[in-house]
Amino acid sequence: MSAPAWLEDLRRQGGEQLNELGLPTTRLEDWRYTNVAPIAETRWTPGDPRKDGVSRQELETLCHPVFACRLFVFVNGRFAADLSTLRVGTPEVAVHSLAQVLEEEPDALRGVLGEQALAKERAFTAWNQRELRDGAVVRIPDGADLEEPIHLVFLAEPGAEPTESHPRILVLAGERSRASVVEDYVSFGEGVSLTNAVTEIRVAPDAELEHVRFQRESADGHHISALHARLERNARLACHSVSLGGGLVRNDATVTLLGEGAECDLNGIFLGTGRRHVDNHTTIDHAVPHTTSRELYKGVLDDRSRGIFHGRVIVRPDAQKTDARQSSRNLLLSRGAEIDTKPQLEIHADDVKCSHGSTIGQLDPDALFYLRARGLTEDDARRLLTRAFVSEVTRSLRFEPLRVRIEEQLVELLEGA
Amino acid sequence: MLDIKGLHADADGVSILNGIDLTIRPGEVHAIMGPNGSGKSTLANVLAGRPGVEVTQGTVLFEGKDLVAMEPEERAREGVFLAFQYPVEIPGVSNLYFLKAALNARLKHQGLDELDAIDFLVLAKEKMKLVEMDEALVHRAINEGFSGGEKKRNEILQMTVLEPKLAILDETDSGLDIDALRVVAGGVNSLRSPDRAMLVITHYQRLLDYIVPDVVHVLAGGRIVRSGGKELALELEEKGYGWLNGDAA
Repeated sequence: MSAPAWLEDLRRQGGEQLNELGLPTTRLEDWRYTNVAPIAETRWTPGDPRKDGVSRQELETLCHPVFACRLFVFVNGRFAADLSTLRVGTPEVAVHSLAQVLEEEPDALRGVLGEQALAKERAFTAWNQRELRDGAVVRIPDGADLEEPIHLVFLAEPGAEPTESHPRILVLAGERSRASVVEDYVSFGEGVSLTNAVTEIRVAPDAELEHVRFQRESADGHHISALHARLERNARLACHSVSLGGGLVRNDATVTLLGEGAECDLNGIFLGTGRRHVDNHTTIDHAVPHTTSRELYKGVLDDRSRGIFHGRVIVRPDAQKTDARQSSRNLLLSRGAEIDTKPQLEIHADDVKCSHGSTIGQLDPDALFYLRARGLTEDDARRLLTRAFVSEVTRSLRFEPLRVRIEEQLVELLEGA
Repeated sequence: MLDIKGLHADADGVSILNGIDLTIRPGEVHAIMGPNGSGKSTLANVLAGRPGVEVTQGTVLFEGKDLVAMEPEERAREGVFLAFQYPVEIPGVSNLYFLKAALNARLKHQGLDELDAIDFLVLAKEKMKLVEMDEALVHRAINEGFSGGEKKRNEILQMTVLEPKLAILDETDSGLDIDALRVVAGGVNSLRSPDRAMLVITHYQRLLDYIVPDVVHVLAGGRIVRSGGKELALELEEKGYGWLNGDAA
């Protein structure tokens, strides 16, 4: 079955925009710290269709803890039904592969796909749009209240050639719904991979959505992501970007508060070990009066890694009574590590409450001594304090097993480096 | 148990201790008194191994072993405990988790079985009762948002759980009201035994009404200028530290 005309148009436009823009260079202000030449100079191929790749059991170990009831697995960006748990007869939640939706409901996503993620604004989004084929579509019906998270696993399983994937994720949270969606990015096997993911989220009035991006790909994985979210009246969104893996990583997040009473938490944890490079760019746009945002990004940089946090908060001219707080806190664990942090407020209204701040520091020597004076080894004390540093973010996660997994994996990666 | 000979030490490059000789035997409680700046806290920090405090001369033996050569955590595992003058707040680390890790590190070092979560909780609850500590506090992060008195109680709670051989109390009485002082002293006294020793550092005699020492030392200018029985503390209370200056010369 051929793709609907609107989709063909979208792909074609993506290709045109990509040609026009070209991949960014460090001459662009937004990319000055991040050189994507390793991506631009590589010849990428889509992964092979699955033959005998990862087994379900290996997958469960990789994605531990698996929230077994709703596990949706994508290998190199393509939905893998054999690895997924599709529970039939759950009317309260609708998760489908994008490919399936495009085939079965060819017009359902017209005007929705690409509504927020604009190809003309970002070359990697244009690239994703050119390759628009598969991904996840999560539609949470009005009034649904989901206790269990929806766990989407994106597995990079590179072949002999450098392997690319361009998943597109759509999350549409219906009015008064309450749900949690976890995007989980992992690698399996050796090889070079590129994940270029785009997520578009709409949170309808009075809905409450938790969204977690958990990225733990291998050091040979380049990971580029863009997240766009739009909040309507009294909608609440808690976004957590947890970036522990990948070699060259760039995460963009844009949240627009479009309805009065909307509230957003935008949190991040990023870890640098070895020679990894992790760049985070966020924008929170307060477009209407009476909206609230809280942003907290925590960076942990070790060895010779490099981290970047650039956070913009925009308050539009009529967005009175905006309440925005932004904070970037960073821990440098080695002399060779580097962090660049730039919080930025752009306030065009006068009756607002806004603050921002950033810190860069080491582990507190007094706290280290206190723990050691009670018998903990220096390594244990450092581990405990590092874990405590990120726990300010993780403790707000709704699911305890995920919180624990994130903290444990962070510590494991620090030790393995 | 503790044998200090000719100890000189610098704190952050400044010479603070200028020749300390002190011997503490099992079962004894020694008090160290002295004016501000006399080196009391530096002595406590030397014994616990705080980075930045450097021994320049002399020896410190703990049960015959060279204490100065040990890392802070080794000292703790061997049974040296310092109740901090200013306990540190550590957001994000649970008090109870920390206490269990500390206890198990010590038990393991002694070749004993580590406690599981349930046995540990039973023990911790018993000790919390002893120091009249609110149970809600131990589930919080270490000392985070604790009042001055709560922090000191937490130190004593840790001490009663870890059951050290040598307990050093660095101005544990400072900032405590009389009720808290009584409770803290009760915790300390519960640990008194023939095979355990204590070094109580204080500016005021008041604490020694509750923790009665066997020997009182007066520290001035980084040296012990006088030692005596518990009545020496009363004398100091009455006359202040000024009259010692002549003696010290």
